[in-house]
Order: sequence, then C-alpha cells, then structure tokens
Amino acid sequence: MDDERPLRVLVAKVGLDGHDRGLRIVARLLRDAGCEVIYAGLRQSTDSITATSIEEDVDLVGVSMHNGAHLTLAPAVVDSLRAAGLNTPVVVGGIVPPADIPVLLAAGVAAVLGPGVSNEEVVATVRKAAAQSNSEVPVTR
Amino acid sequence: MAAHSEWQNAYDNSPQRAASFETMSGIPLQPVYGPDDAERPGQWPYTRGPYASMYRSRLWTMRQFAGFGTAEDTNLRFKELLRSGSDGLSTAFDMPTLLGRDSDDPLANGEVGRAGVAIDTLADMEVLFSDIDLGSVSTSMTINSPAAPIMAMYVSVADETGVDRARLSGTIQNDILKEYQAQKEFVFPPRPSVRLVTDVMRFAAAELPRWHPVSISGYHIREAGSTAAQELAFTLANGFAYVEAALAAGLSIDEFAPRLSFFFNAHMDFFEEIAKFRAARRIWARWLRDRYGATDGRSLQLRFHTQTAGVSLTAQQPEVNLVRVAIEALAGVLGGTQSLHTDSFDEALALPTEHAARLALRTQQVIAEETGVVHVADPLGGSWFVESLTDELEGQAEGIFAHLLEAGSGSMLDGTMACIENGWFIGEIADASYQFQSKLAQGEWIQVGVNGYAEGDDNPPPTLKIDPAVETRQLASLSAIKQSRDDDAVRRALRQISLHAAEPTTNLMPALIEAARCSVTVGESMRALESVFGTWYERSVA
Repeated sequence: MDDERPLRVLVAKVGLDGHDRGLRIVARLLRDAGCEVIYAGLRQSTDSITATSIEEDVDLVGVSMHNGAHLTLAPAVVDSLRAAGLNTPVVVGGIVPPADIPVLLAAGVAAVLGPGVSNEEVVATVRKAAAQSNSEVPVTR
Repeated sequence: MAAHSEWQNAYDNSPQRAASFETMSGIPLQPVYGPDDAERPGQWPYTRGPYASMYRSRLWTMRQFAGFGTAEDTNLRFKELLRSGSDGLSTAFDMPTLLGRDSDDPLANGEVGRAGVAIDTLADMEVLFSDIDLGSVSTSMTINSPAAPIMAMYVSVADETGVDRARLSGTIQNDILKEYQAQKEFVFPPRPSVRLVTDVMRFAAAELPRWHPVSISGYHIREAGSTAAQELAFTLANGFAYVEAALAAGLSIDEFAPRLSFFFNAHMDFFEEIAKFRAARRIWARWLRDRYGATDGRSLQLRFHTQTAGVSLTAQQPEVNLVRVAIEALAGVLGGTQSLHTDSFDEALALPTEHAARLALRTQQVIAEETGVVHVADPLGGSWFVESLTDELEGQAEGIFAHLLEAGSGSMLDGTMACIENGWFIGEIADASYQFQSKLAQGEWIQVGVNGYAEGDDNPPPTLKIDPAVETRQLASLSAIKQSRDDDAVRRALRQISLHAAEPTTNLMPALIEAARCSVTVGESMRALESVFGTWYERSVA
C-alpha cells in the first residue's frame, strides 16, 4: 500500500434511523484531517456497504446507529465485509450502552465512538484502526 | 387602559386552580406584571402567552414519551405513568413502524421493538391502549410518514370500544416537512406526503374536534444541529406551508388553524430559549392574521409542546444530565409551554429505565409544586435583555422567511418544497452543527464532563435491556394474524387505497380506516400508497 495515499473512509448510517448529525460532523472532520470520505448516507444495508467498500477501495468503514440495533447490525456489517474477503476495519458510532461495547469488539468491530468524543479522538481512532488492519494483513489490491 | 381591563375580564372569567398565589414567605403575587399599557398574556400578539391566566388556570400537561418492545410492554409502561401522575400519554414507535415497514420486512431486522413499540396491525393498537379509556385520556402519537394509517388504526380502536370519535383528544405529529429537513423519516416524495398531511387535517376538521392533526415540530430540526433561530424559522415556515396546503385543499383558515399545535426544543441557552418561545407566538399571530386572514383568536394563539434537548445530554457523568434537564425544563415553563417532556438522564446511553423516567417526571413536578414560577405569567416579560433577544430572534426568522418566499415566488409552500429539493435546509443545518462542534473542539463552549471537568466518570448506570425475544414474539403474532384474516377483504382494501391515492382530491382516511379494520398491516397500506406516490431518496450531500 502506498503510504502517501490518503485514508479512504466510507461513512454510512446502517438500519432505518435518520439521526445523521454525528455522521455528517464525522465526515467533515475526517475530510478536514486529510481523509477521502465517501458519504453513503442514510439507510444503507450490509450488502450496499460491502459493495461500496469494494467499488471505492476504502481503508475503513464507519457506521452510525442510534436505533438500538447495533448488536445485530454492526456484527452483520463486519461479517458481510469478511465474507467478501475484505479485511476493512469497522468503527461504530452512535448510542451504544457501555456494556455492549465489549460485545461489539468481540464481534470484530475495531472501535466504538460514543457521544461526546473529541475531534482528535475520532481522527486518532480512525487512523489507528486503519493502521492496525494494514499491519495485520498485507493489502495487495 | 382598555387593554388592561380586557385582560382583567378575561382573567376573571378563567378558572383558577386551588392554590395560593403567593411567595413561599407569604407575599401575594399578581397574575402578571407590567405597566398598564403593556401587552398582557392572552392578548395580541400573544408574546406573553396564549391565555390570560396561564398556569393559574391549568398547569402544563406532563407528557412523557414512552414506547418499547411489544404493545403489551408499552401498555404496562403507560399504565405505570398514569398511576404516577402523568396526565397524557405519548407513544414512541419503533423504527420499522416509523418508516412504514412491518416487523417481518427484511429491512426491520434487529430494529423491531428496539427504539419504540412495534405496531403492525389493528390488533397491536388494541393491545397498546387496552384498559385505557380513549375518551378520557389525551394521547400523543409521534409518527409522520405513516401518520394517516396509524391515525386510521387509532380511530378504529375508538370505534370498536364504543368511544365516540368526537371525544378523542390528543395529537398526531404528522409533520412530514421536517423529515426531509432534519429527522429523515420520509418514504414518499414531499408533494404527495403533504397531501396525506392535509387528508388527516380535513378528516380531523370534520370528525375529530378535539384532535390536533399536526404538530409542527422544530424539535428535530434543533436536534439535527440547527441554531435556535433556524429552529424557530424553519418550524414556522413549515407551519405556513401546511396552512397554504390546507387552504388549497379547500379548508377555511379558522376551520383548522385553531387545531394546529407546535413542538419545540428546550436547549441549554436559557434566555435564548425563552426568547425563542416568545418570538414564536408573536410571529405566528402576525402571519396568521395579516397574511392568511385568520380572525378567530384561537387561530392566532400558538400553543406548543416542549421537550428538553436530547442532544445536550452527555454519556459522560450521566447523572449531571438531571441538572441539564431541570434547567431546560424551567426555560420551557418560563416560556409558557402547554405541555412538556423531560428527558431521562440515561438517554445518551440507551432508552430510559423506569427509574430514570420517573426522575424525569419528578423534575417537572418539582418545578410545578416547589419553585413558585407558575404563579406569574411570562415573568421575564419586560426584561430589557429578554425583550431584545425576542426581537432579535424574530428579526432573524423574518430574514429566513424572506429567503423561502423568494425561492417559492411568493408561496411559502413552494419555497419550502424548493429548499427541500435543492438541499438548502440540510446544508444550513449541517453548517450550524459543524460550527458548534468546532466551538466544542476549540474549548469555546464547555460541556461539563466532556471537554471540561471530565474526571470522575466512573460507574455507568444500569441501562434498559430490550428482550431480544421481542422480535420473535412480534413476528409470531403478525404471522398468526396474517393467516387468520380475510385475504379477499385485504386485497379489496389495498386496491381501494391505491385507487384513492391516484385521485388527488379524494381523502384517503376512509380507505385507510377500512383497511385497518381488515387487519391490513401498516406496511401493506404504505406499499399501496408508494405504488402510486413513488419513493424519495435524499441527495447524498455531506
């Protein structure tokens, strides 16, 4: 992988809820931090996220959920990417009760960003998750 | 002064609560203060409140939003809320229901009964309100795209339980415009969606004299990140758009305007929020009289529900949210709200537990019973600061109205549509929300526990767990209903919906009520409408 290439990040709402304030802010601040952001927006399915990840050759997927369905939908996003042979890390944002965070991490989610995280934390978490994923598996695509 | 004696007459003719209107130390209090020639509450242009006597006659309705799991689960929470002194019910539907998707729709996977109650058929609605007298309780239903089919179900429950439709009291949100701007729970394109809104308004005007068929909502606009002035202006502009749509549908202004109600956010900037509520009343009165020709006083009086700002709640040190909610609720009361929902302190973590929901209600009761702020109407009226802020917000809102009218060549309905279609509202809100986030990032605005005073965030409180079996139970009950209903009747009802949808002047409510009776699901009714109306997709702008 070309180290000079900016990080390409896909951000999406998965499921039905329309709370996109956080997602839009994250999209802008990742752009300001030099990432290339693909904003998929509302009501994305696991299939559409995987398809877009392939088409856009993204380094990381950020999914936002405020619908209480994170325990079902976040692992499904991870599984769908892995089933397509992608090692792309998945970061979850939104309303996630603290007790659910270890469950999501165990299901293969790279990190969970809850309400009130700072801009620096968002950017650092995304960079770290992307870097770890790159070091684990050599990416040859 | 004539104005003063008019107000005095109105006040004297208003009922009074059994309470002593004096300070804790016994100083007697007047119902309102100001020089003799000052505007009084209940007087044009209603800056100081819609009613002459305000909370001396009747406190605001303490209306706590609740809903989760199956209809049985929510029914139990409703009965608990009524027992602990809540006097209105407020229904939260789950995401699939809000989007007009049945529990067995593949898109509903994982979301059934999660963020609200799942309603698929009339049977669910019957269970939701079982042992509750629809003729005496006031019910709010927070739903927009499928508002018409849900309203049809509610009316059907009343019909079945022998409650006269004319006795039904409550509100259905039915405010589709702010969905395209902020909350994003849309299904059909804006134009046919507004037709559904006016169908419910026409039905209510004819049959439900005590019902509020649309609650024009700024709450979600603010939650999406707007400023106070944007919340004020976008909301009232949406209100003007519905007025223009209803007039075009053949209603006369004083026939429906008295039943329009509003729903605002109470955020953390105390005086700005109070000024916003005061400005809203004054703007509405002026526009309804001067632009739309309303003459009935009730058409001019803006009445509103308030909810404290969910977005102001922090996941860090969540108990601190109790303090935030109390301050925001106080702003709503000082601003003269007619009903109030106080958020629970754990809502940045999960749906509220029963314990947290009770504390939220207790917060309202403390304000009502212990602080004395209910004795005097508009206690901040006449404050140079608050009056100036009220004028400033009104001025900013008028600037936004001018932009919308220009976009609509003089029509607020067309201007609102145009600015939905070109993404203007979304862009404005996204800019404001990003600017506020930058203030937080740079420490120009301190949020306690988040970017200041962050130590001591130790023990997260226990959060509400939704039983994962809810989805399975709901799916089983839906499947049983689908197997036992009369399939021919279902087909006929759905055909009728499509036919009526294709005739723009036919009111869809009778066909939707007939469908509800035949156990047609919310999703089936919505797909029948969608086959005629089409589907709306948001332009992907970040």
